[in-house]
Amino acid sequence: MNEMKTPLRRRLVNLAMQAVAVAAAFAAVAVLAIMVVSVAKRGAGAINLDFFTKSPHPFSFVPVPTGLANAFVGTAVIVGIATLMALPIGVLTAIYLNEFARRRIAFLIALALDVLNGVPAIVVGIFVFALVVTGHGQSALAGSFALAILMIPLIARATQETLALVPGSTREASLALGVSRWRTTLSIVLQQTIGGIVTGTTLAVARVAGETAPLLFTSSLVGDQLRADPRQALASVPLKIFEYSESPDPADHRQAWAAALVLIAFIMLASTVARALAARSRRKLGLTR
Amino acid sequence: MSSIATPAAARAAELRRRGRFRPGDIVLHGLTLLASLAAVSLLVLIAWKITDQARPAIHDFGLRFLTTKTWDPGTRQVFGAAAFLFGTAVTSLGALLIAGPLSIAIALFLTELAPRWIRGPVGALVEMLAAVPSVVVGLWGILVMGPFVADHLEPFLHRTLGFIPLFRGDASIFGLLPAILVLTIMITPIVSSVSRELFIGVPRDLKEGALALGTTRWEMIRGLVFPYARSGIAAALILGLGRAVGEAIAVTQVIGGNVAIHWSLFQPGDTLASRIASQYQGASSAKQVSAIAYLAVILLCFSLVANIGAQAIVRRFAGRHPVAR
Repeated sequence: MNEMKTPLRRRLVNLAMQAVAVAAAFAAVAVLAIMVVSVAKRGAGAINLDFFTKSPHPFSFVPVPTGLANAFVGTAVIVGIATLMALPIGVLTAIYLNEFARRRIAFLIALALDVLNGVPAIVVGIFVFALVVTGHGQSALAGSFALAILMIPLIARATQETLALVPGSTREASLALGVSRWRTTLSIVLQQTIGGIVTGTTLAVARVAGETAPLLFTSSLVGDQLRADPRQALASVPLKIFEYSESPDPADHRQAWAAALVLIAFIMLASTVARALAARSRRKLGLTR
Repeated sequence: MSSIATPAAARAAELRRRGRFRPGDIVLHGLTLLASLAAVSLLVLIAWKITDQARPAIHDFGLRFLTTKTWDPGTRQVFGAAAFLFGTAVTSLGALLIAGPLSIAIALFLTELAPRWIRGPVGALVEMLAAVPSVVVGLWGILVMGPFVADHLEPFLHRTLGFIPLFRGDASIFGLLPAILVLTIMITPIVSSVSRELFIGVPRDLKEGALALGTTRWEMIRGLVFPYARSGIAAALILGLGRAVGEAIAVTQVIGGNVAIHWSLFQPGDTLASRIASQYQGASSAKQVSAIAYLAVILLCFSLVANIGAQAIVRRFAGRHPVAR
């Protein structure tokens, strides 16, 4: 067999193409590494206790220890409320998709969710601006609503995918024992998908915690006071990074890098945990099958 | 096909016939139906509300908005999207031109070339790149990539490719080129992870059959994997394009916010999404607000077309080759 060697030209083309593929993968990983190292190197120096516990001093000309406590609190409030809004709607939608809807309806709802997922975040921001902010002014609640719109398709799809993994025999066993459908759905089927729901929600939180665009028009006009009242506009970490990135002051850049480091660390931790959970719950469902 | 397709729905119908439908079932059914309707109606609500907000501008400028190059919130109050449409087209197509081949190459590496133990970690790292928030990419774009582009990349491109008008002009930190690069970084992970799923779906026996016939790995990829995944790749590219067009924050940070149409990639420009984002600190008039909403209407239309198109392709593809899921 080996006497019939592939002609040199074909082997060279093959080799060149393989080299291109390796280089491309290397480039992508390198860009991630460069970015993360940039952020870590520039941000680490500014991170201390003050960074988390103090709020910015807007007009101080002497260097005072400052932090972004107001932004951290604001992001926690905004993302927390967004999760409370999106979680029930996302999970209930997924249950309807998987347990009740006929195939054609399910197809349309799933399509609508995917399309909603593709709507640019800035457009969602303008939508909430038009719907809420023009009448009632900016507020953390408006920002949460905008983020919730981004979260709903993520949570619904993740939940639905896990629901689809629950074997039909589980439902049948429960129904055959005379358990009503709603009890079966809520306490047997849903109970097995908790892992998937937690994973999907964590990923959705990780995704929207870094979103700036939906907050620009809904919760951006804020002072530097530490506040947590969701009826007012609140500061947020991504928006602070955005503002500081456009500032000419190197001190602001330092704060931006530090905030970016915290944000990236949070997001990467959250998505790693979510993926580990996903792998675990998939294994568990695999066993029950 | 019968109208009742899923086993769950069939069981529900069975129970209903036997008259054992319980109040709890109706409540749960109703609740979940309501939630679904709420989620779906969000799309309609978004389309309606934004169009409503844009109505004054749509009324004043009509379709001329698309060809007007001015954005004057001052005394003249004339608004048009032509410069932003141009900037959006140049930056997102430019990004797609780089990210498309790059992503496909990454996906090939992850499915066909890399040793098994390296696939998981590298794949996870590429997905991590997608998780970096756009505002952080933009921050890096301004402060790290921008100076590099202005000091090294643009002078280099000017020296080597300066005969093409795209690469003429003074080097600058802000401009279309940095925007293209930032968008490339942001859409590569998406396109490559979708392509990877597609390539994994190519049946193994076909691949092994091709190799057994004496093709090289690349010939197998070109002759088998690409034709097999062609429509899926198209969908992945459309999804990537949709993301690039809709990205506001990172672009607004690096593009320079200039209302102009020119062929130099080194000069500042602006895109639809980035212009919307840069107006957040308050519009001076109701007319400007509605012009901003008009920009959002254009973006929404594009994203609807792109996403429905891509999903249609993906679903048809998935239906034809169930393995490619």
